[in-house]
Amino acid sequence: MSELNQQMIEQYRTRFLQEVEANVEEGEWVKMCMQCGVCSGSCPLGKHWAHPPQEIFMMIRAGKREEVLTSDSMWMCTSCYNCIVRCPRGLPITHIMHGLATYAKRLGLAPKNQPTAKFAQLFWDNLVKKGRVNELKLGLSLYFMNGFGEGIKVAMKQQAIGLGMLRTKRMNPMEVVGGHAVKDLDGFHKMIRKAQELEDARIKQNAG
Amino acid sequence: MTEVIATNETILVVGGGISGMTAALEAAETGKQVVLLEKRPYLGGRVSQLYKYFPKLCFPTCGLEINQRRAKMNPALRILTLAEVTSVEGEPGNYRVGVHISPRYVKENCTACGDCERAVSSEFDDEFNYGLSKRKGAYLPHRMAHPLRYVLDPRIIGSEDAEKAKAACKYDAIDLDDSGEDLTLNVGAVIWATGWQPYDANRIQPYGYDRIANVITSVEFERMADPSGPTGGRLIRPSDGKEARNVAFIQCAGSRDHNHLLHCSRICCMATLKQTTYVADAWGDDADISVYYIDIRAIDRFEDFYAKVRETTRARFIKSKVAKIEENKANGNPVLHGVDTEGYHRYANEHDLVVLAIGMQPSVPSDQFPVKLALNEEGFIEPAPENGAIFAAGVASDALDVNRAVQHATGAALKAVQVVNRVAGQEA
Ligand SMILES: Cc1cc2nc3c(=O)[nH]c(=O)nc-3n(C[C@H](O)[C@H](O)[C@H](O)COP(=O)(O)OP(=O)(O)OC[C@H]3O[C@@H](n4cnc5c(N)ncnc54)[C@H](O)[C@@H]3O)c2cc1C
Ligand code: SF4
Ligand code: SF4
Ligand code: SF4
Ligand code: SF4
Repeated sequence: MSELNQQMIEQYRTRFLQEVEANVEEGEWVKMCMQCGVCSGSCPLGKHWAHPPQEIFMMIRAGKREEVLTSDSMWMCTSCYNCIVRCPRGLPITHIMHGLATYAKRLGLAPKNQPTAKFAQLFWDNLVKKGRVNELKLGLSLYFMNGFGEGIKVAMKQQAIGLGMLRTKRMNPMEVVGGHAVKDLDGFHKMIRKAQELEDARIKQNAG
Repeated sequence: MTEVIATNETILVVGGGISGMTAALEAAETGKQVVLLEKRPYLGGRVSQLYKYFPKLCFPTCGLEINQRRAKMNPALRILTLAEVTSVEGEPGNYRVGVHISPRYVKENCTACGDCERAVSSEFDDEFNYGLSKRKGAYLPHRMAHPLRYVLDPRIIGSEDAEKAKAACKYDAIDLDDSGEDLTLNVGAVIWATGWQPYDANRIQPYGYDRIANVITSVEFERMADPSGPTGGRLIRPSDGKEARNVAFIQCAGSRDHNHLLHCSRICCMATLKQTTYVADAWGDDADISVYYIDIRAIDRFEDFYAKVRETTRARFIKSKVAKIEENKANGNPVLHGVDTEGYHRYANEHDLVVLAIGMQPSVPSDQFPVKLALNEEGFIEPAPENGAIFAAGVASDALDVNRAVQHATGAALKAVQVVNRVAGQEA
């Protein structure tokens, strides 16, 4: 368990709702949930999860910190936005789910070997390097996420799409060796660093 | 020509539902001159379309009858039906109000014999039954209509049916040249009692009201339960006429939802509890009733009603806002999908018939008032000083049940009386 996690536990103790409000993106919306269930009922993937969004919000209010932050539910969200469109109270549910996932990861509580978490990390690393997503590299690393043999199998299946993308110039095969970057790559990196600093400072302050 | 004597000591009441009738009678019985305008061809408004009243489960007709008798006896009250306000100018104690009266084509000497109705053949959706049945082009809006006078649908004017109706009338009560009228009234105060309309169920897309025959609204269910209604009081499915024993109610349909109406419509929990008794009364032990809800709002004295209904109807209460309704194509059953808050179980429940406890919204849209009034976010009239001597009564001010609407209307009458008394005092 991370040091930051320990600090947060000491700082907030049983006040998990406040912890979420202060540290999770859009977390201040959680208390607006009226437990109607429409989000859970509208979530196309919800039946495969341990805890649908409505339940997660109730668990936050009930102070089930450990259960919420180690859950893989929020990692299952595909950002389809069905829930946001339907929520009678206008909660930005998708964003809260992602916010919770990010916070859990920061505290080192995110489930290990969760495919979405891995994908998110690959996507992020890929993005930060050049300031844009290198589809070819991201694609390749994704295929091989589950090991080399599996990757070949998946790649064979996806071949048609990949070739199509090459033909229509949506993907450049040369990108694999360098990949082009945003115009002001330096500036981009500075920007990311600054955002990270601000975020770290906020969390640190909350950690007391 | 309609003779209306109106001075700046006259009180104008717009809307002849239970609230407008109450306000008009209360004011007239203090001796004030009152003019009551109603857009429909008859008085009573939405309560005339209800089968029973909660919480006593008595019939609305008896209360309406008493009011109609009071109205008939009072010479200070002038009632104009098929009438709407087109403009309002002036200030408290001195308003000039433009009124448009649509043609009825039937004069006051109509005896309601029904010969014209039998003579015509054209049919239209019956608005009194929310389109669940048809009515003729010459019709009495409903059995208990006040005034008890026939109406010709303007859509038959110029057709053969219009001539047939005229020829059938032994009393020469039909005037096909009636072209309506425009009046200007001088009044001291205005009571605005235009009430509500059901929220448009088609806009709640996931509930499939427009696609699934056996999904209906609570206002339609009231008509269905009424023995003089479109099904003769039988609770049957629109798709195949099969008896509806397994009935589900969905609460907050269109209310408490930032995609629809933000407010709680306040009466629909009680209306559903009442309607579960219709199902239980119809089928006894064979009734199978489910209520899907967020929370049941049966406030203060209604708590007893809730407890009693729960016990007698043995309705199942499921704490969940239904996410979507699909149709089982094989049998026409609506299938309700959602997650139950008590235990977070995912369900897919089939029912014979689904009733949407539809929300109430102001009958006059915010941008269609003939005079600028202070409205709240939901379009209900605020008790604001800038509204001068224009006072809201009943559901025009907020979603209210009949008891509260009537109390509110009495308050509005008192305010209007005070204004015209002030005018009288200055002139004396
Ligand atoms: C399904 C359902 C069941 C209900 N059951 C009950 C119950 O059991 N008990 C209970 O207490 N309450 C019940 N209610 C609530 C009840 O219907 C209202 O409290 C009542 O109708 C309020 O009366 P009102 O006069 O304020 O409005 P309305 O009944 O809407 O009357 C307004 C009148 O104004 C007229 N009008 C509208 N616009 C204009 C205009 N521009 N110019 C002139 N006239 C106009 C209308 O034609 C109408 O006649 C129920 C509501 C619903 C939805
Ligand atoms: S739809 Fe909105 S209000 Fe309803 S349970 Fe989900 S988050 Fe809460
Ligand atoms: S955005 Fe995420 S939580 Fe919302 S409905 Fe889609 S998958 Fe479910
Ligand atoms: S209009 Fe004439 S025919 Fe029709 S109901 Fe009245 S009196 Fe009878
Ligand atoms: S009265 Fe009941 S059904 Fe109607 S909006 Fe309020 S909570 Fe929902």
